[in-house]
Amino acid sequence: MQTLEPILEEHPFFKGFPSQYLPLITGCASNVRFNAGSYIFRESEPASHFYLIRQGKVALEIFAAQRGPRTIETIEAGEVLGWSWLFPPYRWHFSARVVEPVRAIAFDGVCLRAKGEEDHDLGYELMKRVAQIMMDRLQATRIQLLDVYGVGARGRS
Amino acid sequence: MTPSLPDPMLPQLYRVQLVRHELHDTFTLELEPEEGVEIPPFASGQFNMLYVFGVGEIPISISGDPARPRPLVHTTRAVGTVSKAMRELKPEDVIGVRGPFGSHWPVVHAMGKDVVIVAGGIGLAPLRSAMYQVISQRENYGKIVLLYGARTPQDILYRRERQRWRSRLDLEVYVTVDHSTGRWRGSVGVVTRLIPRAPFDPQNTVAMICGPEIMMRFTAAELQKRGVTTENIFISMERNMKCAVGLCGHCQYSPYFICKDGPVFQYSRVQNLFTKWEI
Repeated sequence: MQTLEPILEEHPFFKGFPSQYLPLITGCASNVRFNAGSYIFRESEPASHFYLIRQGKVALEIFAAQRGPRTIETIEAGEVLGWSWLFPPYRWHFSARVVEPVRAIAFDGVCLRAKGEEDHDLGYELMKRVAQIMMDRLQATRIQLLDVYGVGARGRS
Repeated sequence: MTPSLPDPMLPQLYRVQLVRHELHDTFTLELEPEEGVEIPPFASGQFNMLYVFGVGEIPISISGDPARPRPLVHTTRAVGTVSKAMRELKPEDVIGVRGPFGSHWPVVHAMGKDVVIVAGGIGLAPLRSAMYQVISQRENYGKIVLLYGARTPQDILYRRERQRWRSRLDLEVYVTVDHSTGRWRGSVGVVTRLIPRAPFDPQNTVAMICGPEIMMRFTAAELQKRGVTTENIFISMERNMKCAVGLCGHCQYSPYFICKDGPVFQYSRVQNLFTKWEI
């Protein structure tokens, strides 16, 4: 039977991941698809999963009163969607709307957390990878906040 | 007897052929030389000093095709007194032009390699010349990737041209906006986020970056993270250039004059200066 292991190995998130852990985490993974226009999750719902995007595009949205949903970022193939599964209170801070049909690997967050608690080396490995993503996104958000192309920002005349 | 070179301080007279309003604050000037004036050859990445008589003179990168120098094309943003006056020019108005000046994009050095062009905002204008050049000699390059970041969907420059490039199967074009508005279905996030997504071989890539300095710094860092060496990263700097020939010192950047040693620099030459607050 074909497992998800080879697919996980190929995804940038698991690049160089210790091979002994792959069968373990594969047990928490499943193949999923989402159609354009659907929501993978919505703000404030329980964050039970995270997703390795293999194909497609997802818009992370936040709802602003009287302004409607605002896209703050898009997540695309090769990237990871969601880290709220790892931190209490395990609820989504944003909604994830499918812009282009998505094929992804979904991980059961409860299952992964339990395995990480049982084996702290695995937990640390996962935490390092999620922390790297969080740092990259934080840096990107900081640049976004600088509004580098805005009027008044020093730039090319 | 060899003909003497024109005085680099003396503006040549050009006539405005067209003023195209690209965005709410950005416009393109197409200029034709007055009779008897030759358009000197230029390389992608070089700039001219454009003089609105009675108002002032500013440096603007050439954004046209070096293989087709007529008309002379510049795209700029109306942000200061001179550029705002320039935006109000009408066809047949006369303008002064000095140049071309400065260093150019490494389109020859990039032959045989993948080319990654990263533009932020109006930074696409100086890189458009390089795009024209590499596309015109497509067979000499590996992958050609354009990564472009704009503030909002309304701020995306050269829309029609970008669509043309996007429709070609031998070019990879990725566009993102910092802030999404309306019905935008493209990517949202800063341009650096496109780098891990883009298909190129970092060991065999030449990258050319143009945009605000912060954007260039973070873009270079992201390219390095992917494995592109600083010797193969090139950026275009901007400073207050006045004489354009390295005499007046207005554009001095530590040991360099941006007008003469730049505006295009190998990143390894300037990366340590980027974080020096004193210069």
